[in-house]
Amino acid sequence: MAMKRQIPFALVFIFGIFMLFQYFVPHESSEWVYEFLLDWIYIIGILALALGIWSLFRVSVDKIKTKKPNWVYSYVTLMGLFIMTVFGFTAKTGDSWGLYPVFVITFMLALFMLIQVLAKPASRNLYGLFGGAFLLAAVLIAILDRTWGFYFMEAKGLQNSMFRIFFDDVMMPILSTMFALLAFFIASAAYRAFRARNLLASLLLIAALIVMLRFNPYLPYAAYVAKVSNWLMNVPNLAGQRAIVIGIGLGIVATALKVILGIERGYMGKG
Amino acid sequence: MDIFEKMMKLDRRWIFLFLIIVCVVTYAIPFKVPILVEPEVRSIYNFIDSLPPGDIILVAIDYDPNNLAELHPMTYALVEHAWRKKLRVIFTALSQNGPGMAEQAILDISDSLKQDRTFNGVHFKGREIKNGIDYTFLGYKPYYALVILGMGQNFRLPFPTDYYGTPLDSIPMMRGVLNYDQVAGVIDLSGGSITDAWISYGQGRFNFPLALGLTGVMTAQYYPYLGSGQVFGIMGGLLGAAEYEELADNPGRAKDGMRIQLYAHMVIILFIIMGNVGYFAERRRQKREEKGR
Repeated sequence: MAMKRQIPFALVFIFGIFMLFQYFVPHESSEWVYEFLLDWIYIIGILALALGIWSLFRVSVDKIKTKKPNWVYSYVTLMGLFIMTVFGFTAKTGDSWGLYPVFVITFMLALFMLIQVLAKPASRNLYGLFGGAFLLAAVLIAILDRTWGFYFMEAKGLQNSMFRIFFDDVMMPILSTMFALLAFFIASAAYRAFRARNLLASLLLIAALIVMLRFNPYLPYAAYVAKVSNWLMNVPNLAGQRAIVIGIGLGIVATALKVILGIERGYMGKG
Repeated sequence: MDIFEKMMKLDRRWIFLFLIIVCVVTYAIPFKVPILVEPEVRSIYNFIDSLPPGDIILVAIDYDPNNLAELHPMTYALVEHAWRKKLRVIFTALSQNGPGMAEQAILDISDSLKQDRTFNGVHFKGREIKNGIDYTFLGYKPYYALVILGMGQNFRLPFPTDYYGTPLDSIPMMRGVLNYDQVAGVIDLSGGSITDAWISYGQGRFNFPLALGLTGVMTAQYYPYLGSGQVFGIMGGLLGAAEYEELADNPGRAKDGMRIQLYAHMVIILFIIMGNVGYFAERRRQKREEKGR
């Protein structure tokens, strides 16, 4: 038990202190250890990524299994995750795609059957049988079809036209649309929130109006409004933001010290 | 419910409807909006414009498709300006969906560079933009703070190869380019917290000139760094991009979008005024009623 607590504390203390002093030591060996530690963060991160994918898979399958609200979308999540992974690791070797579309379909069907096996244990044998057959078909196509191939060590898959089409024509419009909807909510929120209820609210309202009008060239005193807006951004806004930034900075230093000295133990799942 | 109460408690669906009508109408009718350029955008333009041909700048495309409308026009205007000036560009993309954005921008701008164009009275002959000579695209690596720190030691630490798998030492442009010391400046175009890492871990530690291109909502947050000199310029939102296009004499998506944004803002202001008129009338009515009792 002591090992379980003391070793992590010791590691955090040693590496925390090292990283703190390393910043001020421009010696070659210090730089080498620093680079070595950066590499370790990548290694830990990659393992965390694998854990994250596994966790997403489990959570989505559980959602389907227990039929939680919007469980159908979990299929979309999983299919999206795996189809983009397949596109990212495959590329054509010649001019044609050969049996690639059949491979993608059979692979996705195999995945669908796997999800069904996990989500519906009662029919596991039937889904398992179909899943195995689809997987076998996908593997055979992958082995026998020479018009395309897997590229795990090269970035060729990123040039896969399917990868680009899915990114440019599916991902980009979806995310842009989500963000564009914000404009409507901001308009509605501004209408409700900007009311001159008291002195402070009135100041906020006036400042907001000036900043919104700053690029309106049709106003009679457009250049003057732009100057006032610039002053608002560069003086009162700067002062307020600077106070916040300094406060946050001091907070970060205090929290880092608390973690290094073992006072803050939240990272171990304890308060 | 009287008219003033209605003005104060308008159903938000009316706001949505009115806003969409204004957006569609202003999108459909082509007209130009004059742009007033602010000093913080001018300083970025002047910086790029003053660099001699062959100098290297680093453009960090740290945004996802959701910030496309505001930040993509900045990338287009800035990179086209840099390439017309024959600067060389190192691209990085430290947000997950950044590589797709960067690649799209690189291909589009490369196409545009093939045409002869005249900007601010200067004629630029069209030319082929070549990967490895005019630019290097390093791609994406997770943990942006570490990547920024790593590039300060050597670009090859976080990126032994470029996005397409070519070793950095085999890329003609990267020969002799070790770290930020060989880069004239960094322009971070970002829609999230990666900007903080560029300021703290990048500029703070390695002291290179840094400029920011940010979404409209983020802009106010980064003015302290402009005041302290840690950042030499800020382009804020679509307006910032339109200002850069105005300076570069290269009207594009941002100037096009400004007419929609201008009228959308006017609609929002109109609704704010309406809400306040309703609020004050309602308050006066309540006071009158209280006196009457």
